[in-house]
Amino acid sequence: MPNSLQEVQLNAVQVKEMFLYVGEKVRENKPLLTKIDSAIGDGDHGIGMSVGFTKAEEGLRQKEFTTINDVFKTIGMSMISTMGGASGVIFGTFFIGGVKGLDPQEVLTLPLLAQILEGSVSSIKQRGKAERGDKTMIDALEPAVEGLKQSVIGNQSLLEGLKVAESLAEKGVEQTKEYVAKFGRAKALGERAIGHQDAGATTVWIMFTAMREWVENAINQE
Amino acid sequence: MKKVINNPEQVVEETIEGFLAAYKRSYQKVENVNGIVRRDRKDKVAIVTGGGSGHEPLFLGLIGEGLADGVTLGNVFAAPPPTNVFEVAKAVDAGKGVLFIYGNYSGDVLNFGMAVELLEMEGITTNTVLVTDDVASAPTERKDERRGIAGDIFVVKIAGAAAEKGLSLEEVTKVTQKANDHTFSIGVALAPGTIPGATELPYTLADDELEVGMGIHGEPGMERTKMMPADALTDKLLEKLLAESNLQSGDEVAVLVNGLGSTTLMELFIVNRRVAKVLEEKGIQAYDMDVNSYCTTQEMAGFSITLLKLDNELKDYYSAPAVSPYYKKESIGGNVYAK
Repeated sequence: MPNSLQEVQLNAVQVKEMFLYVGEKVRENKPLLTKIDSAIGDGDHGIGMSVGFTKAEEGLRQKEFTTINDVFKTIGMSMISTMGGASGVIFGTFFIGGVKGLDPQEVLTLPLLAQILEGSVSSIKQRGKAERGDKTMIDALEPAVEGLKQSVIGNQSLLEGLKVAESLAEKGVEQTKEYVAKFGRAKALGERAIGHQDAGATTVWIMFTAMREWVENAINQE
Repeated sequence: MKKVINNPEQVVEETIEGFLAAYKRSYQKVENVNGIVRRDRKDKVAIVTGGGSGHEPLFLGLIGEGLADGVTLGNVFAAPPPTNVFEVAKAVDAGKGVLFIYGNYSGDVLNFGMAVELLEMEGITTNTVLVTDDVASAPTERKDERRGIAGDIFVVKIAGAAAEKGLSLEEVTKVTQKANDHTFSIGVALAPGTIPGATELPYTLADDELEVGMGIHGEPGMERTKMMPADALTDKLLEKLLAESNLQSGDEVAVLVNGLGSTTLMELFIVNRRVAKVLEEKGIQAYDMDVNSYCTTQEMAGFSITLLKLDNELKDYYSAPAVSPYYKKESIGGNVYAK
């Protein structure tokens, strides 16, 4: 593996491309997300995420980007202003919460991604009032972000960090099967929600998988 | 799933276009968002309701004289985004504040909550009353966690009348909160409704099964049982409802028997006949009875019964006229239902 791969960092255009790919992957999984959400939720998660990423794509394609902040903000605002539902606010906050108050950044490195997404986690928790174990997207996102932070400490590359995050997000999704839900329609199910995974957490996992894939493909094409 | 639609992602926009094509004399769209407002707005507290689409005629059928001034519509079964709520509230605010009335669902609370913050920054005063009428959705000790279903109709009706009378935002909020606290509903599902564009049913109910207390989005209810005759089913629902609402002989109520989509008016009348009989036996006076499908979930089969416990104040507002293409209440004077 050539040295440059260890130090991969992305400019704003690449980050935009990466999230276009993430959107494509989430949209591809619309039937799966609908199915998961229909089992214990109200069945609209796949449709909502698909609408959100479609609008985010429109927003991303309309502009030239020089800062990472602007890419995140464009995606988040597109979601908040078009999706509705709990997902609109929560996934919009995923993108906006972490760049709020952040100085303009032109390159995305692993430490910066960890920092941004750490901000996302705290903003989402504040707004949605969810904690770990409540059977929400937090159950995948928080461990994934902790994985990113650990990778920063371990001096890992962006790709290595994303691999760790992806696998911890997947584990988080698995764990949601064991939880009773505290929010939304699934809450009314009580114990009957056990055995089913959370749709929002699944989306988080899909997003990390797609980010990892995009970075991996970009490196392989170098 | 057979549905008369074009593109699943366009159903809300096209619903609004069709509604306005019919009723543009009285209503107009809010620019750039899925929202509709009354054309003849008055110098009074503005009432805004809304939520996910797919429950027509709720919520767009609730705008009108003596009702709501604006409605904010989300995607199918999903809360409207904050920007949408914000624009509708801004369009109807007459400087006297805006009262939001919507069903207590996580998504709605998040999105309306974010809109309230945006409106505060614009200097627009708002208050919120969450509709929590579904007695099957949480036990009495967690009453404030209950969801809103057909009770929206009564709560918006009372709020609209109070605002029309010229009360302040605080006063309108107070009486609207009271209306919600006096409104009790319970539903029963016989078959699911479909999400436009979905290829599978969101849940299933066997041909000979029903679920008592199921929510309008298929939220699980209290009990799944075999089908039963209308009277036995009505008795079962009323038993729970009367226990929850603590209604006593001599109390007065307004009644709504609400179809969930595909249950026929014939069936609803059969239910209402039984409701009238049971109330009479218990000495509870039905001040008014409404049999209609206001709060639906596409072609969902089943119905809900809503009771609004009336006192003199609520009765006055309930009796005030209200007019929209889908909800009409002539001014009620005297109680035709009383013996």
